[in-house]
Amino acid sequence: MNQIADLSAGLACPIPLSEYKNVLLAHGGGGKLTQTLIQKMFASRFDNQMLDILHDGAVFPGGSPRYAFSTDSYVIKPIFFPGGDIGELAVNGTVNDLAMCGAKPLYLSSAFIIEEGLPMDDLWKIVLSMKAAADRSGVSLVTGDTKVVDRGKGDGIFINTSGIGAVLPHAEIDPRNARRGDRIIVNGPIAVHGIAIMSVREGLEFDTEIRSDTAPLNGLVERILKAGKDVHVLRDPTRGGVASAVNEIAQSSGKGILLDEEALPIGEQVRGACEILGFDPLYVANEGKLLAFVAAGSAGRVLQEMRSHPLGKESVIIGEVVDDHPGIAVMKSRVGGTRVVDMLSGEQLPRIC
Amino acid sequence: MKYIDEYRDGDAAGKSAEMIRRITTREWTLMEICGGQTHTIVKYGIESLLPPGLTLVHGPGCPVCVTPLEIIDRAIAIATRTDVIFTSFGDMLRVPGSSKDLLTVKAEGGKVRIVYSPLDAVRIARENPDMKVVFFGVGFETTAPANAMSVFQAKKQGIKNFSLLCSHVLVPPAIEALLSSPANRVQGFLAAGHVCTVMGYEEYFPIAERYHVPLVVTGFEPLDVLQGIYMTVRQLEEGRCQVENQYSRSVRREGNRPAQDLLKQVFRVSDRTWRGIGEIPNSGYALREEYADHDAEKIFDVGEIRTRESPLCIAGTILQGLKKPNECTAFGRECTPEHPLGAPMVSSEGACAAYYHFGGYTGRTPS
Amino acid sequence: MCLAIPGKVLTIDRTVSPVMGNVSFGGVQKSVCLEWLPDVRVGEYVIVHVGFALSTVDEKDALETLKMFKEMEEQEGE
Repeated sequence: MNQIADLSAGLACPIPLSEYKNVLLAHGGGGKLTQTLIQKMFASRFDNQMLDILHDGAVFPGGSPRYAFSTDSYVIKPIFFPGGDIGELAVNGTVNDLAMCGAKPLYLSSAFIIEEGLPMDDLWKIVLSMKAAADRSGVSLVTGDTKVVDRGKGDGIFINTSGIGAVLPHAEIDPRNARRGDRIIVNGPIAVHGIAIMSVREGLEFDTEIRSDTAPLNGLVERILKAGKDVHVLRDPTRGGVASAVNEIAQSSGKGILLDEEALPIGEQVRGACEILGFDPLYVANEGKLLAFVAAGSAGRVLQEMRSHPLGKESVIIGEVVDDHPGIAVMKSRVGGTRVVDMLSGEQLPRIC
Repeated sequence: MKYIDEYRDGDAAGKSAEMIRRITTREWTLMEICGGQTHTIVKYGIESLLPPGLTLVHGPGCPVCVTPLEIIDRAIAIATRTDVIFTSFGDMLRVPGSSKDLLTVKAEGGKVRIVYSPLDAVRIARENPDMKVVFFGVGFETTAPANAMSVFQAKKQGIKNFSLLCSHVLVPPAIEALLSSPANRVQGFLAAGHVCTVMGYEEYFPIAERYHVPLVVTGFEPLDVLQGIYMTVRQLEEGRCQVENQYSRSVRREGNRPAQDLLKQVFRVSDRTWRGIGEIPNSGYALREEYADHDAEKIFDVGEIRTRESPLCIAGTILQGLKKPNECTAFGRECTPEHPLGAPMVSSEGACAAYYHFGGYTGRTPS
Repeated sequence: MCLAIPGKVLTIDRTVSPVMGNVSFGGVQKSVCLEWLPDVRVGEYVIVHVGFALSTVDEKDALETLKMFKEMEEQEGE
């Protein structure tokens, strides 16, 4: 009676129907719409201290070591692409989310939603990839689930992986920790994964193979954390690209971010592909890449350590944290002016005209 | 990358800006026609490098932005049909129609596909003989030959299920319409380099003479734009009104003749409505009678189209260069890239989108 | 208008209609229609828009444009 009335008062849909009657692909793009969906729909309802940080994973309070928990789902199409497949991505992705919490990944679960008709051979290949990826990063797959859905309802296969890791000693990683003067380091060329996927997708094909850079970053993260005690934030710039990642951190920390266009590492072929499609590499998805926000004093040492690791050979400083324009990321262009680096809006559609 | 990187050199840009400052003795208002040039100007912060008396206004050179609302609504109606695969360039998908956009049609189950080239659409038609494949042929003269080729090939190869929904606009009539408007304050033009790559620049001589304005055919990299500005200002300072070619590495005076021949074969010049501006006579292309079988406007009867523009959107004023995006009351508030009220906020070449993304928005500009 | 970028012609196939070729953009190869450039040669650079080559890049003019910046400086210095 009273209780029911109270409940229904809070149940009005937070995203007014007049705005979006249906969920759009853009709501999964990693940019503004995703942010809105998460904040208005999920975070507002499930509101709690750990969720509010909205980092790649949740760190449980108390205990020694503290534990981190993360989950990620993989719906990529095509499921096999140059440089990897959905299985490898699924393992590396959750391993990396845990690493971004400053944790050593330990155990993974995996839930499969398989579309009726998927060739057994494909499933086997995916399983082998997952095993190889798990071995490479030192995690064990300890539990899982399998479902099969009707033909036509599932894009081949969807995979969800969740993981638990132990936070490394001295690791104090939190997107709110970014401080003025922090240097922003990336471990290698950006925009590779997204372009590798575009290269296979229908309608946008290239003849020269660009391979995804998917890789487990936990080893690199351990190296980074050993080298510097002042590592404030770690983030892997997946969907939405480097631009969306730095914007999220700028907003969480209330600081401004200044990037240097000339410092951005971009491979020549990836640049060519972005030029043709009219894509801005800052918004293209990455895998096997991380951003480390490190206090100025430790940055040199951390950079050196990263460059001695196979996944960090091309590490470079691409920007810094500033007090100006709080919550906003800007970039100094090679021609001299500065411009705002906004969050991704909608899907990045290839620009033709 | 060759022929791109050299034209983005920071030092040379600084020097060009210095040159422009030295020769500018009066206030001048220039317009860059093409959306790609607007994009470059805002992205590289070129306006901040220019002397204060020099004003750049952004022209209607964004074909996505000027596609009439009625055609967008028609495209949406066609794309909603279950017997149609609707193909288009990526940019068109988020342009708001009267009630929704093509991306929403896709979300609701319509077969909408992005293609990179019109020939891809022809291939899709060949591979799907049971479906009607429509290609949304939008653009200026740069894209017209490519769209013409698609229809030409479809007819030649007997691909009967392919049709073109054509919405082509021409630049010179738009320039004349702008220049003959009493509200016009533009004194010199940076003409669109890629349009002229196809069409040449013969058409601009009578315009320069009739309206006494310098026209400089300009490229798209930051150095091209700066050089184009320099050449235009130099003409104005010297009291000249001639047609010059900054983008000579790509543009020839006569343009590309074989491409022009194909245009004449497939299209005829027609009157066109420009969204936000109105009808400009002889400012567009329509398919010739011989291609009626491949004309989506004739093939699909989608009933009466009643259009409805947002009352807050001042796209027309922006496209004519009479106002800047951040002077619009809805800019950044009711109108953002996620909730665009008009096309210039959606198209990545639209002035409003460029301003929003790169920070012309008050309170977001760092400098 | 519109996005058109320069690429290097690697191969030309004149046996098909329309004439097609393989063009490289910084290492990324794409199939491009060369029908409107009957005199184009392998090794030349072309400006490509939506899969069609619209013009060849005139190397001499390209260098002239870049030289112009140096000359602009010298002229104005007088």
